[in-house]
Amino acid sequence: MSSPILTARGLVKRYGRVTAMENCDFDLYPGEILAVIGDNGAGKSTLIKSLSGAVRPDNGEIRLDGNVVSFSSPIHAREHGIETVYQTLAMSPALSIADNMFMGRELRKAGVLGKIFRQLDKKKMQAIAREKLSELGLMTIQNIGQAVETLSGGQRQGVAVARAAAFGTNVVILDEPTAALGVKESRKVLELIQTVKSRGIPVILISHNMPHVFEVADRIHVHRLGRRLCVIDPAECSMSDAVALMTGAMEPPKVGATQ
Amino acid sequence: MTETSGAVDTNLRKQETVAEFSKDHENALTRLANFLQATPAAIPLIVLLAATSIFGLLIGDRFFSPFALTLILQQVAIVGIVAVAQSLVVLTAGIDLSVGAIAVLSSVIMGKFTFDLGVPPELAVLSGLLCGLFFGTVNGLLVAFVKLPPFIVTLGMWQIVLAANFLYSGSVVIRSQVIAEQAPILQFFGDTVDLGDAVFTYGVIFLLLLVAVMTYVLSQTAWGRHVYAVGDDPEAAELSGVNVRATLVSVYALAGLICAFAGWALIGRLGSVSPQAGQLANIESITAVVIGGISLFGGRGSVAGTLFGALIVGVFTLGLRLLGADVQWTYLLIGGLIIFAVTVDQSIRKASL
Repeated sequence: MSSPILTARGLVKRYGRVTAMENCDFDLYPGEILAVIGDNGAGKSTLIKSLSGAVRPDNGEIRLDGNVVSFSSPIHAREHGIETVYQTLAMSPALSIADNMFMGRELRKAGVLGKIFRQLDKKKMQAIAREKLSELGLMTIQNIGQAVETLSGGQRQGVAVARAAAFGTNVVILDEPTAALGVKESRKVLELIQTVKSRGIPVILISHNMPHVFEVADRIHVHRLGRRLCVIDPAECSMSDAVALMTGAMEPPKVGATQ
Repeated sequence: MTETSGAVDTNLRKQETVAEFSKDHENALTRLANFLQATPAAIPLIVLLAATSIFGLLIGDRFFSPFALTLILQQVAIVGIVAVAQSLVVLTAGIDLSVGAIAVLSSVIMGKFTFDLGVPPELAVLSGLLCGLFFGTVNGLLVAFVKLPPFIVTLGMWQIVLAANFLYSGSVVIRSQVIAEQAPILQFFGDTVDLGDAVFTYGVIFLLLLVAVMTYVLSQTAWGRHVYAVGDDPEAAELSGVNVRATLVSVYALAGLICAFAGWALIGRLGSVSPQAGQLANIESITAVVIGGISLFGGRGSVAGTLFGALIVGVFTLGLRLLGADVQWTYLLIGGLIIFAVTVDQSIRKASL
């Protein structure tokens, strides 16, 4: 395998007397879908927040493409091409699809209108938004100007993933993307994750849903008691083994537990 | 959401394309909600036109004349300007109770600096504007950084600024004649442009320009989109990369500055500098904002709606007075309109969620 694009070594995070991460390691390779699973309270969200810039680890180092990085905020991580789709989706319901996709990184018109009058280039933003959505097979949008709150849950998730894929040049992190969705909508989102992968962008998928994880993941990072317990290959491992590992009912296998 | 996905389920052809955005599974209610969402000023505009027509029919030429209609504009100019400031704050899901007090203190500073300190009137006006900017900024810092509820911050600021106003001015009025002789610039917004029988004060023109400029800024610039996003869902805005705190501070600061302009325009309207004026401007501005269709929950509405809201109040006030009705009828009807407007807002929000 080639060298990892995103790595973490020895991450530690304490909240008062609670240790959320204890000497935690992490590796993400180019072009893969890495699922992160773990019991509630295992500290996987702290790990993910460290990678997406929402939490600053007390100790340890994170490397992106071999270079040590330290993110002060999600915006900072985003500038490094790491995009996160939060469980809440982080969208403004009353604003349009295009507005939401470009929130915080709007494009201004060229020339005097943009420089002095600060006018936004709405046409260009709508065109790019439409293009990004169709690249991911989310198209036949007739009205890119419609408010996000008029969309269904799956559609909103689609827009959020499209936003991340459009700007996430290095990594896209998806936090429980199917948790709030019905069966059909989940299916569509899983296909979407595969599409993002096929475009060469590695994906970190945090999920509780074992069938979903086993369907799309190339490797599975099992998180337990604040650290990486092992990494398993979904082709060689059963779902019940994965659950046993993350609940501590089974010891990690010696083979395949490296990396 | 339920309506849309329910429609998808029953549509076999569309079954496999869930993340599709087509219009044919929108029912009439959703479409109406979309329209009102896109053009929130529509209802207040309809109410304004209806009210103007009805009073025009009942009263005739005394009401439906260029003079009377522009008189309404003059009467709502001050509240209208303050209401634009209020609109910005309400769009961020806040409220500003200190708007009127800031306007009055700014006007007192313009007057007192000119006549007591002997400052050149231009500089006194600038000082008054800076006063508004200062108190607005303090409001913004307290809301954004100390994380106090806007209601409490501005309730306190209202008392502080009002008390400062009375302490500094000693409740003494600076008379119109003195101002006209020595510092006419203070009355600038009271000067008029006449087009036949129609009379426009510079205060009215300023209000219309302000609404036009703020409409542009709110819809066509990144800052404007951020104001809506912050009011809609501050956490989502923050995660999307909006500097929520900077946006909030700039909104309150700009609101303070606009209020100072309202204070300047107030001198033009009254002729004099009066520390007792503008006492109800905060409530009247909130009334205009609510009737104008801006949601008190933030993120929805437009300043054009606010202008219509202010004009509706003006039309009712003048219309009922010309009909010879007791002034209490105005308050009664305006009260009903406020409740109606909020009911409409709630139903739009429900239909679209």
